[in-house]
Amino acid sequence: MKLSTKHLLGIKDLQTEDIETILSTAQQFKDVLQRPVKKVPSLRDVTILNLFYENSTRTRISFELAEKRLSADTINFTVSGSSAAKGETLLDTVNNILSMKVDMVVMRHSASGAPHFLAKHIPAAIVNAGDGINEHPTQALLDAFSMKEKFGKLQGLKVAIIGDIMHSRVALSDIYLLTKMGAEIVVAGPPTLIPKYITEALGVRVEYNVKRALQWCDVANVLRIQLERQNQPLFSSLREYNLAYGINRRLLESLGKEITIMHPGPINRGVELDSDVADGPYSIILNQVENGVAVRMAVLYLLANREN
Amino acid sequence: MKTILTGPQIVLTVKRLAHQIHENHLHLKDTVLLGIQPRGIFFSDRIVNELKQIANPSAIKYGKLDITFYRDDVRKQLHVPNKTDIPFDIENKNVIIIDDVLYKGRTIRAALDALLDFGRPAKVELCVLIDRRFSREFPIQPDYCGEAIDTFISQKVKVYWKEKDEKECIELLDS
Repeated sequence: MKLSTKHLLGIKDLQTEDIETILSTAQQFKDVLQRPVKKVPSLRDVTILNLFYENSTRTRISFELAEKRLSADTINFTVSGSSAAKGETLLDTVNNILSMKVDMVVMRHSASGAPHFLAKHIPAAIVNAGDGINEHPTQALLDAFSMKEKFGKLQGLKVAIIGDIMHSRVALSDIYLLTKMGAEIVVAGPPTLIPKYITEALGVRVEYNVKRALQWCDVANVLRIQLERQNQPLFSSLREYNLAYGINRRLLESLGKEITIMHPGPINRGVELDSDVADGPYSIILNQVENGVAVRMAVLYLLANREN
Repeated sequence: MKTILTGPQIVLTVKRLAHQIHENHLHLKDTVLLGIQPRGIFFSDRIVNELKQIANPSAIKYGKLDITFYRDDVRKQLHVPNKTDIPFDIENKNVIIIDDVLYKGRTIRAALDALLDFGRPAKVELCVLIDRRFSREFPIQPDYCGEAIDTFISQKVKVYWKEKDEKECIELLDS
């Protein structure tokens, strides 16, 4: 048993079997996390660098916790307080750290393709923790794990991905993963936030009316409006976005069916998701966070194998 | 290829081992049985079924232990993890670890590590169906042993169970 890849740069490069291996291994790690001693010694000789060039709460803590639960040694790098602020290049920074004997790098960067660049130049295994507007593979894996946990399977599951599709690396990773696993996908949101290639290159159906998308789906994965990545106004105001595309309890109750609500976080409350939904009974948002640790443990465990 | 035990011999051996366990743990009070995933479970299921005939079935505490994450060869070879299912407390209990073949002792070494993450047992014993003696890499010996055999490193011991493999016997393969 091993993965077909040495790094986890994106879901795009994974085989269906890789995804299945990761999800089933994650299930075993989820069991470990329920035990009195929530820790196994698997990676006790592995050192992992968490390289975060961009802000993160959940992903960084989740990775660090996963590493500690696997008994790996961890070092954290954040761009503020580092020599990157003095102008050191990414490659120089990483090579300097690697010379201190680091085996794996977990990396987040605002430039799409940064982990791919690093993978070509350094010997360590690289896990992409989000690169620009490209991919966020561990988020897609934990989304899939949470959906599988809730519905038993991914095959044939109807998933609506709603919101800022254009700037979302979660959307792209989710689409790759769910397509590979046989789920049906609809993306919904304002036309300015849904890129053209989504239908042409990825074969995903687009729906501009959020209510129709919700009526069709079993699960709605609601994405954050990424104001920090928008250089030009793509909709008139947050208030207007909320009125046309925001999801609230009244909208859900008007559907005549129960659907499950997911969100990768952080939530803009009152914009894409109202509090009565985010904290409501149909939300599995906090389960997603819990599952994130188990899924990341599985990824790190499977990539630590030197024979890959 | 040589047959070490035939199907009927396995049945007799399991009976004997169950009786030996019963003899040492008379009312099975404070005793728990743990099969090692995945292949040890076929054997531990048999032992438990046999114990149910001769001891109070409600006194039997039986769980399954997966040692994948505790192996010492994680970085060399990946193994498929299985479910660990220990639905009781092992603190201060007499634990009997059950596995099909004892060879280098590395699996049992890992099992002891895994076990200690669930509590501090009063005592740990080991029950195996086949003991490939004189090939140990750790100072680990069985307390209950079905059959002790002498083998070369190049040989393989294969245990077939009718529940899984359509035939039931233990073979020594030259390779």
